[in-house]
Amino acid sequence: MSQALLEVKDLQMHFPLKSRGIITRTTGHVKAVDGISFSIGKGQALGLVGESGCGKSTTGRLVTRLYKPTAGEISFEGEDIANASERQLRPLRRDIQMIFQDPYTSLNPRQTVGEIIGAPLEIHKLVPRQGRLRRVQELLEIVGLNPEHYSRYPHEFSGGQRQRIGIARALTLQPKLLVADEPVSALDVSIQAQVINLLQDLQREFDIAFLFIAHDLAIVRHFCPEIAVMYLGKIVEIAPREQLYSHPQHPYSKALLSASPDIAQAALGGRRERIRLAGDVPSPVNPPSGCRFRTRCWKAQDICATVEPPLQPTVPGAPGQVACHFPE
Amino acid sequence: MIRPFLSVENLSVQFPTPDGIVKATTGLSYSLERGKTLGIVGESGSGKSVSSSALLGLHRTSNAQVSGEIWMDGTELLGLPENDMRQLRGNKVAMIFQDPLSAMHPYYTVGDQIGEAYRAHQNVTKKETRARTIEMLSRVGIPQPDRRVDDYPHQFSGGMRQRAMIAMALINDPALLIADEPTTALDVTVQAQILDLLQDLQREFDTAIILITHDLGVIAEVADDVLVMYAGRAVEYGTTKQLLTKPAMPYTRGLIDSVPNVNDPLDRKLHPIPGNPPSLLNAPTGCAFFPRCEFSHLVGREKCATVMPELTPVGDGQFKRCHLPDSSVLYEPIRVDPTVGAAAGIQIETSVEAGNR
Repeated sequence: MSQALLEVKDLQMHFPLKSRGIITRTTGHVKAVDGISFSIGKGQALGLVGESGCGKSTTGRLVTRLYKPTAGEISFEGEDIANASERQLRPLRRDIQMIFQDPYTSLNPRQTVGEIIGAPLEIHKLVPRQGRLRRVQELLEIVGLNPEHYSRYPHEFSGGQRQRIGIARALTLQPKLLVADEPVSALDVSIQAQVINLLQDLQREFDIAFLFIAHDLAIVRHFCPEIAVMYLGKIVEIAPREQLYSHPQHPYSKALLSASPDIAQAALGGRRERIRLAGDVPSPVNPPSGCRFRTRCWKAQDICATVEPPLQPTVPGAPGQVACHFPE
Repeated sequence: MIRPFLSVENLSVQFPTPDGIVKATTGLSYSLERGKTLGIVGESGSGKSVSSSALLGLHRTSNAQVSGEIWMDGTELLGLPENDMRQLRGNKVAMIFQDPLSAMHPYYTVGDQIGEAYRAHQNVTKKETRARTIEMLSRVGIPQPDRRVDDYPHQFSGGMRQRAMIAMALINDPALLIADEPTTALDVTVQAQILDLLQDLQREFDTAIILITHDLGVIAEVADDVLVMYAGRAVEYGTTKQLLTKPAMPYTRGLIDSVPNVNDPLDRKLHPIPGNPPSLLNAPTGCAFFPRCEFSHLVGREKCATVMPELTPVGDGQFKRCHLPDSSVLYEPIRVDPTVGAAAGIQIETSVEAGNR
């Protein structure tokens, strides 16, 4: 692959747990993200799926440097940003933008749409004041809203329209990478497709790379040619979508796929056999030794408890990588 | 006349507000037998939760006007004195709420909350209640139930809380269970566990289940029959298979087309339903779905805009609320072609147009 736009290597984020009382001590760490690596090429889309608590949102916040990683490297266009200071990050904030999950809490209710979308222009002093309105209207039109509505407040819009406002705000600075954290899960079904199609068109038109975070496997499949599956802070499988959905190699990927409902199949009458995963996800404070999935895995053997399987192709040179001692 | 186990007839729920009357549910009728699952699908504000809360008498008479009839097992539930309703609630009719964290009291242990319904309805001692609570917890698959019974809700994970909610709802072996988005807040793996659990318990107790959801995938997995609601009214009713393969209402077609599927062809373009759901304050005079409908040009826009279609049978027990004379045009996915909408005079608010500008 040519020079990747974003390259993440052995990224870790450990949140300290403090004891209660006057004198606080660090009693442990929540290992939200524990050594993950991936890269995204220019204009490409990588999907990140997993259950709640697997660290996918934390990863999004690390890439946008809303969190400072505990360890590891994040390089954006060849430049290390994992350890950059706020000042050094300032110009970078233009290039990496974020779309949030909840369009009801991510827009300031006291600002007009024009102020919300125009704020990045003001902060980065890119467009003179007189030109701002025109740019805001342009953006509103791009995301399919009425350009005349720049003076309205967020509460005057529906959920889907608000999400479009959030998208317009993320587009204001013409970013090269958009981190979309569950961009449609708060929306009604009929509106979700509108927003997905919009994002897809924007990606094509402006050549924006996406880190697309979601728990809905069907939506991720629709949007991303390459998908990484996370479990307890680790990537357990990363593969092109054709391969992941037809031949998942990690038992967890397989279980996740079998659990997601399939309308087309149900319409034909047959109800599929689901893989029932026993129990809950273990705590990220004290993850299991060796392979983290072993406590719920039906293939687990002794080696799984002692040796952590590396993320690698099953056969050298094969597409996709999987972290499992006994891949499918 | 022998009524089905549950029969809802012409149910309407309205909320008077300073801005006018919000018609949350209008003229809703359906029936359900024991051991069956009815799925109610619709977007937020379509009246699916409001109509089901009426079954439990959860609407305050001071701010809601409920009319119609609800018959369950020979008893008319609407207008039942509060004391009698209390006897039914949590006993013969139970409800599982969407968000288990806000539906549980943080100050009481999970065991106390589950056992409360049992003690309230059965003549039992504390000891018996505890034993029954532990039994229910183990039946819904909570590990070490004799220990977890004394935990507080915050000590449970999301999936475990939802299971505890199910234990609470099922402790008196209800004949009717209303599950309001029981898996929406959960991950797919946990969702699969909960749906399996509901089906197992249904088989065991012959429970009638009303499953309210916006997720067609969940419906496809567990419902026998489906009621599609839009703007407070039933717009289509039929078996799950009928609705998914031979939808008779453009809204149902739209819902199917707008959901991505794990086995879709990779290049499939999603076809969203244009526009937004209508306000329930000033409902359109004709068909409520008309402003978003991509098929109204086949009927004549005049008729759709002015005449509210009736819920009419289309054969094999399927019903539709639509003027379309021949619903077979809805059997195939809508072709992604922006001109179809334009011809029908709809301003499509989709990205297709926006992207081309």
